[in-house]
Amino acid sequence: MATSTLSIHAASDPIARPPTRAERVTNRTVRFVTRLFAWSIIALVTDIVLEIAWTARPAVSRFGLGLLVHTTWDTNRDLFGLLPAIWGTLYSSLLGLAIGTVFGLAIAIVLSQDFLPRPIETLLKSLIELLAAIPSVVYGLWGIFAVIPAIRPFAAWCTEHLGWIPIFGTPLRGPGLLPASIVLAVMVLPTVSALSRDALVAVPTKLKEAAYGLGATRWETILGVLVPTAITGIAGSVMLGFGRALGETMALAMLVGNANTLSVSLFSPATTLAAVLALDFPEAKGAEAQVLMYAALVLLAITLAVNIAGTAIVTRASRGLRGAR
Amino acid sequence: MSAPAEITRAFEDVDLGQLEMSLRSPRTLLSATLSTLAIGASVVACVPLLSVLSMLVYRGGQRLSWTALTGTPPAAFAAGGGFGNAIVGTLTMVGIAAILSVPTGVLAAAYLALFGPDTWTASAVRFAARVLTGLPSVLAGVFAYAAVVLTTGGFSAPAGGVALAVLMLPTVVLTAEDAIRMVPARMKEAAIGMGATDAQVLWRVVLPTAMPGILTGVMLAVARAAGETAPLLFTALFSNYWLVSGGRVDLMEPTASLAVLIYNFSAMPFPNQVELAWAAALVLVVLVLGFNIAGQMLSRNRHRR
Repeated sequence: MATSTLSIHAASDPIARPPTRAERVTNRTVRFVTRLFAWSIIALVTDIVLEIAWTARPAVSRFGLGLLVHTTWDTNRDLFGLLPAIWGTLYSSLLGLAIGTVFGLAIAIVLSQDFLPRPIETLLKSLIELLAAIPSVVYGLWGIFAVIPAIRPFAAWCTEHLGWIPIFGTPLRGPGLLPASIVLAVMVLPTVSALSRDALVAVPTKLKEAAYGLGATRWETILGVLVPTAITGIAGSVMLGFGRALGETMALAMLVGNANTLSVSLFSPATTLAAVLALDFPEAKGAEAQVLMYAALVLLAITLAVNIAGTAIVTRASRGLRGAR
Repeated sequence: MSAPAEITRAFEDVDLGQLEMSLRSPRTLLSATLSTLAIGASVVACVPLLSVLSMLVYRGGQRLSWTALTGTPPAAFAAGGGFGNAIVGTLTMVGIAAILSVPTGVLAAAYLALFGPDTWTASAVRFAARVLTGLPSVLAGVFAYAAVVLTTGGFSAPAGGVALAVLMLPTVVLTAEDAIRMVPARMKEAAIGMGATDAQVLWRVVLPTAMPGILTGVMLAVARAAGETAPLLFTALFSNYWLVSGGRVDLMEPTASLAVLIYNFSAMPFPNQVELAWAAALVLVVLVLGFNIAGQMLSRNRHRR
């Protein structure tokens, strides 16, 4: 009975039928095209790396690694050094990352451990997501007109009373490392908090319940059990936040002061690799253009290394916890 | 039956007063302090956002007018003016970027999710996409400068579009792959059972079903691209004029964008330009948040289904 119904259906229903020759050819073409486009992404990444490396090649062979440790930048005498930019990049990113991590981790813990009523938690989460959506040039504008005036009194007080400490050594004349780092902190905070929260939520509930059952307080549980278990994921989130801070361009180009100086002072103007590129690239000629491509190559190498490490750590963390559950 | 009695007896030694949660006990006090600090830090973290939004509304809203939305940028000391050409420029370049990156991204995602999910190629492509996610946006500009500006001989809207497409591509690929993976296997199997080829399964079943998810990714990518500045600085540059001049569209000229306008005007010593920068920032943020919200609404509809 069943077979006969089926065969009647097959005969009367023109939808179910083997593919025609034309359809098979189309199929093969479509499969080929999707594979081609998939490969195009690999090709694009390779092309970006090669294109930058190739254009930087003259500068690499002419200046060698010495460019990384020289400090002068004089286009008239063809003297170039990237050390201040590298120093400024690392200084501002690490400071921004430190501030961003403190707040980002606090938010991740608050959002993952039922501290707040559900509606407020959802609100806080959307606010943090909103923080990530605002374009960096708007943060730069905000930094110029809100952050710099806001920290001016604090900076003046520090220079006056604590000026003997090197990090407060110079007065804040407007743009500088501290305002840039504060804005960077705001920008890396969503990355750190979202990924750390994922890592904390992924910790098996039984571990938390066991800690509570042993009489641990909420924070003994968080600091003694949850954070150590999720530490790989948290480290990965901090790494990716670092990657974001290193590559951030506009907020820094607008706030860091763009002075080719090497200073430990929080209030001193400085420069970063990305800011040098953004500001000098449009008008660069000859040797300077080559040196800027060298800077692009250095930036590419640093960010790629940091991002690949971060991604690897996050992937490994989620894989590791799957076994614990 | 003696166990419950034993347990009850064991509890007789416990001083119930000690179990009370009191802030006088150092452990509880520490816990309460840390809770307050953590919640306090979360509140402080919202201050920048509220500050940005209120300044945008206050300083940007003051200057926002029909003239600002439809005018062209003013000269140094001139009053008035607007950024209509920058709005058009931003939308044009984001459009070019979407045309380049969406088909590429979706077809690549179809390969990753459908045709070869476990192949060596797929892992390599996913790795490449993640690498692109972390690419500093200024380097996308450097790449587009070398690849497009130098070969076509000038700053142009397509050069800006290429730079933005590089930044959109990873978001499109990774979200589209997730969306395609979420299409239930039984739907694909039903189609295959009726004799559909893989191409037909993709075109007739998988893509329509995964469309809301794919569009969410596209919207998020567009939102990100619309706000990018660094890649446009030396690909599209800036312009004080409309893309359309004398009735014809000239894409191969330097092109204005909201983001670059904000950057250029923020550093100017003229109050008129700074006011315009704030108004443009308000428009840009509304644009970006609009795309974000549109994307999230699409994915919410999908979950409800």
